[in-house]
Amino acid sequence: MAMLEISGLSKSFGGLRAINDLDMHVNEGEIVSVIGPNGAGKTTFFNLVNGMDTPDEGSILFENQDLVGLRPNQILGLGLARTFQNVRLFPAMTVLENVMVGQHARTKSGLLSAIFNTPRHRREEAEIEAKGKEVLAFFGSRLVGYRFDQLSMMLSYANRRRLEIARAMATDPRILLLDEPTAGMNPRETIELTELIGRLRDERGYTIVLIEHDMQVVRNVSDRVVVLDHGVKLTEGSYEEVSTNQDVIEAYLGRPAEMGS
Amino acid sequence: MFLWFLRVVALVVILYGSFQSISSGRLTAAQWRDLIVFGVSTGSVYALIALGYTMVYGVLRFINFAHGEVFMTGAMSAFLVANGLATTGLWASNPVISLLIVLVASMATSTTVAVIVERVAYRPLRGTPRLIPLITSIGASFTLQYIVRGLVGPSTRAFPRVEQLRGTWDIFGLVVLKSQVVVILAALVMMAGLYVFVEKTRTGRSMRAVSEDPETAALMGINVDRTIVTVFAVGGAMAGVAGALWGLVFPSLNFFSGFLPGIKAFTAAVLGGIGNIVGAMLGGVSLGIFESVGPSLVLAGYEIPAFSQLKDVVAYLALVLVLIFRPSGILGERLATERT
Amino acid sequence: MADVEAPPAAVVDKELLPPPELDMRRAVRLGLSNAAAMVLVAATGIVGTFQGRLIIDPFLPLGLLFLYMVAWAFGWLAAKPPTTLEGFAPAVPGPRNLAAGALAGVIGGAGTALLLVLMTTFNLRGVFLELSPALADTLSFGLSVVAAVPLIVAVGTAVGLAGAGVHFLPPRWRRAVMPGLMWVLIFALFTDIVGQFFAGVGLDSITGFLFTRRGGPLTAMGAVIVFVAFSTLYWYRGGRETTLRQRFEVLPAERRTGWTIGLAMAVMVILWFVPRIMGPFVSQVLDNAGIFLLMALGLNIVLGYAGLLDLGYVAFFAVGAYTAAILTSPLSPAFSPELSLLAALPFVMIAAAVAGIIVATPVIRMRGDYLAIVTLGFGEIARILLNSAWLSPYFGGAQGITNIPNLQVGPLEFRSPQDYFIPIFLFVVIAAYITLAVQKSRWGRAWMAMREDESVAEAMGINIVTAKLSAFVVGAILASFGGALFGSQIGSVFPHSFDIVVSITVLVIIIVGGMGSVPGVTVGALALIALPNLLREFSEYQFLFYGVLLIAMMLVRPEGFIPSRRRAQELHTEELAQDDWLEIYGQTGTGEKVTEGSA
Repeated sequence: MAMLEISGLSKSFGGLRAINDLDMHVNEGEIVSVIGPNGAGKTTFFNLVNGMDTPDEGSILFENQDLVGLRPNQILGLGLARTFQNVRLFPAMTVLENVMVGQHARTKSGLLSAIFNTPRHRREEAEIEAKGKEVLAFFGSRLVGYRFDQLSMMLSYANRRRLEIARAMATDPRILLLDEPTAGMNPRETIELTELIGRLRDERGYTIVLIEHDMQVVRNVSDRVVVLDHGVKLTEGSYEEVSTNQDVIEAYLGRPAEMGS
Repeated sequence: MFLWFLRVVALVVILYGSFQSISSGRLTAAQWRDLIVFGVSTGSVYALIALGYTMVYGVLRFINFAHGEVFMTGAMSAFLVANGLATTGLWASNPVISLLIVLVASMATSTTVAVIVERVAYRPLRGTPRLIPLITSIGASFTLQYIVRGLVGPSTRAFPRVEQLRGTWDIFGLVVLKSQVVVILAALVMMAGLYVFVEKTRTGRSMRAVSEDPETAALMGINVDRTIVTVFAVGGAMAGVAGALWGLVFPSLNFFSGFLPGIKAFTAAVLGGIGNIVGAMLGGVSLGIFESVGPSLVLAGYEIPAFSQLKDVVAYLALVLVLIFRPSGILGERLATERT
Repeated sequence: MADVEAPPAAVVDKELLPPPELDMRRAVRLGLSNAAAMVLVAATGIVGTFQGRLIIDPFLPLGLLFLYMVAWAFGWLAAKPPTTLEGFAPAVPGPRNLAAGALAGVIGGAGTALLLVLMTTFNLRGVFLELSPALADTLSFGLSVVAAVPLIVAVGTAVGLAGAGVHFLPPRWRRAVMPGLMWVLIFALFTDIVGQFFAGVGLDSITGFLFTRRGGPLTAMGAVIVFVAFSTLYWYRGGRETTLRQRFEVLPAERRTGWTIGLAMAVMVILWFVPRIMGPFVSQVLDNAGIFLLMALGLNIVLGYAGLLDLGYVAFFAVGAYTAAILTSPLSPAFSPELSLLAALPFVMIAAAVAGIIVATPVIRMRGDYLAIVTLGFGEIARILLNSAWLSPYFGGAQGITNIPNLQVGPLEFRSPQDYFIPIFLFVVIAAYITLAVQKSRWGRAWMAMREDESVAEAMGINIVTAKLSAFVVGAILASFGGALFGSQIGSVFPHSFDIVVSITVLVIIIVGGMGSVPGVTVGALALIALPNLLREFSEYQFLFYGVLLIAMMLVRPEGFIPSRRRAQELHTEELAQDDWLEIYGQTGTGEKVTEGSA
């Protein structure tokens, strides 16, 4: 039984069919890359899965539960977290606070406990903070120490991308959706992040779906690749199969199959 | 689900009250007609003011809270000039020229104020999070009110009577006040003119382009800054017309008189579909009619004492209800459902 | 290579680019604004009204001083060196800056002179009430128009130059002189209170020395003494390396708590005595300021934390006041249980919570600006209904509800404004505590996340509906406390006290004081409520100043005078944009731009 099962998914914006009768699945523990030329509907696909947009037709089954119609926070509660194509952190909040927000859905203390500073509140705050630091430590020394209290908007671009992943990790997800995690990174950072994605699955047990343009990353990290074009699934398979597929090559308008720097 | 329930409840409430009022025969048919015509004339004034809101929103996606005061400054000039002219013989001897002078004064003032406010308070804040210009416009609204109060005093002024517009005309069997006819016609002419301007002229096209997509418009060679100033100026001019006509409908004015019409005009703009010029016109007239007829129609049916006090509640309720239930308005565009 | 933690030597040694030149066209624009502002200050009657108050006897009346302070401010603004950006040398003020200040001043002076000429040539008094012969006399310094015109222009220019000159003062001098001047003004404006204060502590003789008489203007000698005293104080303070705040933050946690508690106790003791010393009028003003402060702290949660612009906030204030009135007053029309205020408080809270939910529910999915307008509509509807004849059997209509009894806690009855200061202060402390406690909590973070980016906050697991509802409810409850105290202190509630102006005032307080900052909001409330009420002249133009302040704050410092550290960093992005530049240059250490990966 696939962890994430998408059937017949469709979404139109005005006259434009962004997603057209899409079927795909993700098995538990897999790392699946979703690729395709710009405008193929990849980010729309993510928006539909995590509830930020509603499909016109189709179903999205996550561990046998239909996500269609649920609000994004409910979907997050079920264990599905994502990052964004253009990094969307909370700019005026510190690094640590950004990550601590991730724990909101997993914790319970309310306003009254905060106001009366109950032991339960203090304990939960300490736990949230510890969890946040633990998640940030996953990224080595980059986001720790004095960084905790830095406003997130002051971070470098690469660190912001890492922070976004950390925030998603803090929500204790079962499956992570990463939207172009290496966009805008230099070669060194890209390699580092590729390793990191592998570690996310190996050490943390996350199932991962990522949207990527950098084919090096796709080749190094994916168990399986799904190709979208104009909202339709062109094909899927291993990287070798997909990169030599004629339709895929044509969809990329004749650019060489090996892309990226 | 919950919203649908509320809608049904609202509809029932309105229908029941109306039925009671009409069947009780408190007002004659002629009186109802009077109320409706009055509503159309006040609505025309609201429509003119609403145009300013809707155009600015269409271009900048921002509610110009100070627009009510733009109207008020125009109206104040109108009242002052009119009173000045009334002391000369011109007012009595040649009302047409007099009213035209009043109109020009009012439009000039409103346009100038609108353009100055844009330059000083809004332009530096372009691109900031939406709440910041809104708060600034609240500040601008207050500032304008109290500047006018300081300049001309807090007392309420009266508009001099236009003798030639006393009395009524019989139009197709409908008896209407002459002044109301002038107001409605003037408003119609102005709105038609604006429509032609926006649809047919080059400047109008630039305005529409900037409203759709400022970046692309700039790439097409349109001077976005200048277009925005034009939008404010035209909106201000329309408010100026409203200011000149105000005296023919409501004979009194003070520094605070822009607040309510401003809110009502904004309601009208949203009612008709914010960003939509024809919508603003329709919305204004509709609101005028609701406000005029509403208390007598719906509230009287429930035997509410002194229901005319609640006239403004009708307007505010319309505002709240439209924004909650149908923010895209009657002819609406999708602007209202945009995410921040 | 790890990300750098400080700019490497390579960047620091690089030659800095010359700073941009001061823009003279901007000075001209500012000059025109200056002229407009000065003309308006004169024509709206501010000069005339303020002229009655002497600052320094006998030669410095407030009217002309204020007028030329405007010119001075514009001169300062025109001459302000641009912000130093990373990689550029800092701009050093030079003759060009002086010219800019003079330019702004001369245009302003010319505008004022023009006004003088116009108003003496034509009789504009029929329309513009304030353009009287008295004003002409004031503006022309008592001289003939012909003589006055060049003088006005000269004074304008001189004042503009003086404003520019401030930039030439070394920082330590500036930090001493400017507050010194400010304190002279404060002493002169608040002469009554200062006199009362000295009398209260038995130092009456000082009053006679500094002022011409108690409640009168400063003597020239007095002004000099005050200036020198405070400037010296600030001079020594400026010499210290660290500010008080920095030294506080470095202390370990336990000592910090100790100091905070000690400070709080000291404040409480002072605030017990202050109303006693200051008398009933000042106490009433402080009471009003306290109630507004309470509401500001509430709106701070709704707007400052959760980012919801509630323009109808006064409705919750009204709910609190009317609920308390109905439950406690024997003259409540429909229903008169005559509870004590304390017993009524839980019901006040419940009513406020219900009101909060009613207002919040329809607006949950609404965008910020529409939410503002809808809440404004609710606020106005509430006021009209409270005032209506229709509902007067419940709310008393335009006559309101009177005979609200005083607050009684056991044997203690609070009667006078001085008495009420204590419960009001206590509630303010509670509200401040709630504000701070919530900031470092799960819901505080949830609200801030929602404010920053609602969709993403929802995607991170925050239930937006609950978050908005709870923000509204907390804000409503705090406002309702203010309302209940207000009604009890005044003794009655009338619908016209619950005007939209109240909502706007509270908004101005938190904008000016700094959204999210408790000390800032406190200063804001004192400055915006206490000040106009204590100074008759300012109360005339109170709302005009509020409007101008709102615009100015949004243009200059959207986060307020005493910013919450985070907000200040949030909104001054142009300085922070340097960081990206810095990071890129820093990584290679050679100053070459690093090529980025394909996107």
